[in-house]
Amino acid sequence: MAVLVALWFLLTTLTGTIGGGRFPSPGEFWASLLQISGKGYAGATLLSHAWHSTTLVVMGFLVAIGTGVPLGLWMGWSRRAEALMNPIFLFIRPIPPLAWIPLAILWLGLGDAAKIMVIWFAAFVPSVINAFTGVRTIDRPVLEAAAMLGTPRWRLVQEVILPAALPMIFTGLRLSLQAAWTTLVAAELVGALVGVGFVLNVAQQDIYPGMILVGMVTVGVLGWATTWLLGHAERRALAWNVAAGA
Amino acid sequence: MNGARLTIGQGVAWSFLGIALFLGLWTSLSVSGLVPRQFLPTPMETAARFLSLFTSPFAGATLPVHLASSFRRYAYGVLLAAAIGVPLGLLMGWFRLLDDIVSPIFDGLRFIAPIAWVPFAALWFGTGIGGPVMIIFAGAFPPCLINAYRGARFVEPRFIEAARMLGTSDLRMIREILLPSAVPSIIAGLRVAAGLGWQSLVGAELIVAAAGVGFMMVQAQASVQTTTVMSGMIAIGLVGMLIDVLLRQGEAWLRRRRGLEA
Repeated sequence: MAVLVALWFLLTTLTGTIGGGRFPSPGEFWASLLQISGKGYAGATLLSHAWHSTTLVVMGFLVAIGTGVPLGLWMGWSRRAEALMNPIFLFIRPIPPLAWIPLAILWLGLGDAAKIMVIWFAAFVPSVINAFTGVRTIDRPVLEAAAMLGTPRWRLVQEVILPAALPMIFTGLRLSLQAAWTTLVAAELVGALVGVGFVLNVAQQDIYPGMILVGMVTVGVLGWATTWLLGHAERRALAWNVAAGA
Repeated sequence: MNGARLTIGQGVAWSFLGIALFLGLWTSLSVSGLVPRQFLPTPMETAARFLSLFTSPFAGATLPVHLASSFRRYAYGVLLAAAIGVPLGLLMGWFRLLDDIVSPIFDGLRFIAPIAWVPFAALWFGTGIGGPVMIIFAGAFPPCLINAYRGARFVEPRFIEAARMLGTSDLRMIREILLPSAVPSIIAGLRVAAGLGWQSLVGAELIVAAAGVGFMMVQAQASVQTTTVMSGMIAIGLVGMLIDVLLRQGEAWLRRRRGLEA
């Protein structure tokens, strides 16, 4: 890492191999960072841009979990539900979440609702598929034992099906978290009024390499931080599962 | 028990019911005017528009021409990612020193969404073919590298030891041990890369492009032509599906040829 920073310094500031118009020097990066943190850029400070984007990802993500996981569990549980829903999924699944952006803007405009819709699409399909797979891979005897003991249905869902499907569901969530960030940044690049992607967009139009790099680093840090948080939640939720906790 | 299997007939019947419900709901939402027709055209209107796009141009070209220009960028980006990512990954798996140098850089870059490269891509390579290719590259590169790396890293150590003992040259070792045992992992990585590359292409074209399906969709969005936007989505979905099917076939063919039954 230190070598990398030294190399960066060497190539930009000392030798000027990479011109200032193409890639910022560490000094320019630092100046841009100070500017956006203090005075603000593209209408707000870095903190409020980052906060806005993170809130959208978390909200879209929660909506996707809230709708996708129950649907996936239901499809896993009932063959009828699977047959009913599967063709629609086959149809919708190959469409990348990013391709929903123009439609989302048409329907909901440039505000937050359109962003939540595309994040929802990015996270919904993996939630459904992994919850579905999670239920399908439950050992049959476990279900039969529960049925034999006369477990009421809601307790069965709560105490057997959901916990057993949880490791798979988390796998799906980890996959979709990155997709959610990608989609949000793309949506904000296409059209937004605030957010990290909007910073990138404005910096691109201003041809301001220092600020572009600040935006990119912010996207990376936020992606890393939310992945870490999700990993933390996973370890807590799966504390009983030694294999997954390791 | 509720999880009981359905007969084939029942399965087909429920599937048809599902499609019918989906299309029925969609049609009734738009016909009833609950959602303005302009924003939610009926399935029939969308299908008609999809077909008409094959002959009547929109945003400067017909749908097949847009698709062709998208596909050209896509092929360049993915091939470039494979051509650099796979050898680099193999070398990193083989030479520990290179691994120590590249891994920290790579780990740092990994969390930056490919789409976030858009401003630099536009700045460095413009919006013609270079910019989008770079973004596709950014999307497709990581899986190429990671899978080649894993493939090379987890070669059965006994093979290497045996070869060393027999005095095999480095070059032969790479050709006859490293490559063959890494191939399945590399192929799996390429398939993931192809999928992610296609996604990145769509993103790239929505933001920086002057042609292609994504560009067509953005233009259609600006002029509120919902049917054209939806046609673009259908085209993207179909091509993405086609790429996936072809690669799966290729993977299965390779496995059979190498006598590795999947």
